[in-house]
Amino acid sequence: MTTSHKPDRRDFLKTGAVVAGAAIAPGILFYGIAQGRAPEEGASSLVRWGMLIDTSKCANGCSACVNACNHENGLSGKTGPQDSQWIRKLNIKHLQTGIEHNLPMLCQHCANPPCVDVCPTGASMKRADGIVLVDRHICIGCRYCMMACPYKARSFVHEPLSDQNPDVPRGKGCVEACTFCVQRVDRDEQPACVEACNADGHQAMLFGDLRNPESAIAKAMKAYASVEVRGDLGLNTGVRYQGI
Amino acid sequence: MTDVTCFTADCKKSKLFWGLLALGGLVMLSTLSAYFYIEHHGHIVTGMNNQIVWGLPHVFAVFLIVAASGVLNVASIGSVFGKKIYKTRSPLSGLLALTILAGGLAVLVLDLGRSDRIIVAMTHYNFKSIFALNMIFYIGFFAIVGVYLLTLMDRKLKPWSHPVGFLAFLWRLALTTATGSVFGFLVARAGYNSALYAPMFIIYSFAYGLACFLVVQTAMYKWSNIQIDENILGRIKNLLAVFVAASLYFTAVLHLTNMYFAKQWDFERFILVEGDTYPMIFWLGQVIIGGIVPLLMIFSPGAAKSPARILLASLLVIVGGHAQMYVTIVGVQAFPLAIFPGYAETSSFFDGVVHPYSPSTLEVMLALGGMATTFLLTTVAVRILKFLPIDRLDQKH
Repeated sequence: MTTSHKPDRRDFLKTGAVVAGAAIAPGILFYGIAQGRAPEEGASSLVRWGMLIDTSKCANGCSACVNACNHENGLSGKTGPQDSQWIRKLNIKHLQTGIEHNLPMLCQHCANPPCVDVCPTGASMKRADGIVLVDRHICIGCRYCMMACPYKARSFVHEPLSDQNPDVPRGKGCVEACTFCVQRVDRDEQPACVEACNADGHQAMLFGDLRNPESAIAKAMKAYASVEVRGDLGLNTGVRYQGI
Repeated sequence: MTDVTCFTADCKKSKLFWGLLALGGLVMLSTLSAYFYIEHHGHIVTGMNNQIVWGLPHVFAVFLIVAASGVLNVASIGSVFGKKIYKTRSPLSGLLALTILAGGLAVLVLDLGRSDRIIVAMTHYNFKSIFALNMIFYIGFFAIVGVYLLTLMDRKLKPWSHPVGFLAFLWRLALTTATGSVFGFLVARAGYNSALYAPMFIIYSFAYGLACFLVVQTAMYKWSNIQIDENILGRIKNLLAVFVAASLYFTAVLHLTNMYFAKQWDFERFILVEGDTYPMIFWLGQVIIGGIVPLLMIFSPGAAKSPARILLASLLVIVGGHAQMYVTIVGVQAFPLAIFPGYAETSSFFDGVVHPYSPSTLEVMLALGGMATTFLLTTVAVRILKFLPIDRLDQKH
């Protein structure tokens, strides 16, 4: 027995949609990849990423930047002596006048970083765009960079880790620190701390290209006095503070 | 047929030898268990943290590394400066230089966060890093002192002992300069950042090395029932006194220099007067036990006739050396880093506070592995090769 089957309009549309979706979806995906920075395209020395922190806008008791950093980079947020802290809120009080400032302290991404100088294997390194990183593949966990850092910006991973953010691989026995959220910066996004500070309405952290005279950070640094922490060491830090 | 009786002196010594090896082996076993435990769980099981990043293992390791270069001094005085009584001691001095360095490096490697990547450390060099240069100096030291030992012990190669000995002398000076500079080059810490660390570590190495040499030599003489000539002991003990006094001098200069700089006052007050246990370890351990008491013992009447007294003085110098390393390595880290000089600092990351440190048992076990390594290697070497210094008293010293 044979039956003749006439495809109705609904079936036709359904099949058409599936075929069209299958054809277009990879195109959209590939377009996204094509627009991103190619893996072989390294960071450019025409850019120097930096951060300007206005201490007068940094609210006492606010820890939005710290929480955002912990979330973005998969840190536990614990604050024991053996826990990692990539950014911390620092309260400083002048010993004579008593004037107080609040500020976030993080890796200062120095142009002449002592951690890079002392690292025996070259695991501590500075990208062409000024971001100071640790190559987790060749860090031997000697901790000499922690001895050398004037800002206590580095942490040693003291225990095995689980549930890591795939964008931010970390590992027991290696040293780590703020990366300026390099995974975001490479996607033309702002570091998580800056985004969180802005979202909370404080606008205390400004991130951008110090080499581009048209960037907001370059303009702000030209307009207002800012300082390097331990400027006497001549490290030419990428993070500057205003209001101290 | 096996002889199960043990009446002869040689047989008893053989038993003692195996007993010593077993003792060293047991300590080594505890070191390895501590190492694997830390390797599995991470450094969270130690007393070290993000404030005190180098703890007890580094204290023991750096002491041994410094002493290793210093112990070679005995050979250098013989080969480079031609002193007879030191020439007979050159092979033992060279051997100890190798075994003590091996002990120090073993602890340093076992305490790495990623000790499994030791091959990375051997193949990736950042030549700006004094740490990397140290690794090159260590490897070179093993090679040069190894060849030097050959020239000392092989009759045919004997003529080479002078030039190779001279090279070894220069190399050891460079090595200790580099070891001192590991601390001297740290610009940010109040207790470091001084070029004085390089010559000061060289002087420390002279004292610690000679003290280690005297301890081993006394043990070997006791083992072989040899009485050391009092003229020879008198000269060596006086040399130890010069090195101990020079160590005290350099320590005094370092602190006096710091006291002249107003920015260093807080640190000096911490390390010399107020700071936790560190002033006590400095004054009692480094200065009194490791310096003044040994000097008094060395210069006490009849000291040259008393190897036991010189042995005790040497042991005290070694104890004082560990106290010095503890103050230099842990004490300086305990003092809070001044990120904003002139301001009081508070944070969740322990800024502005003195950092406490109590080493765990695991660290003690790890730290003792260096001494055990040295002990095992030395005991085996002196048993199978001729390292015992024999003085020919008819010769002019």
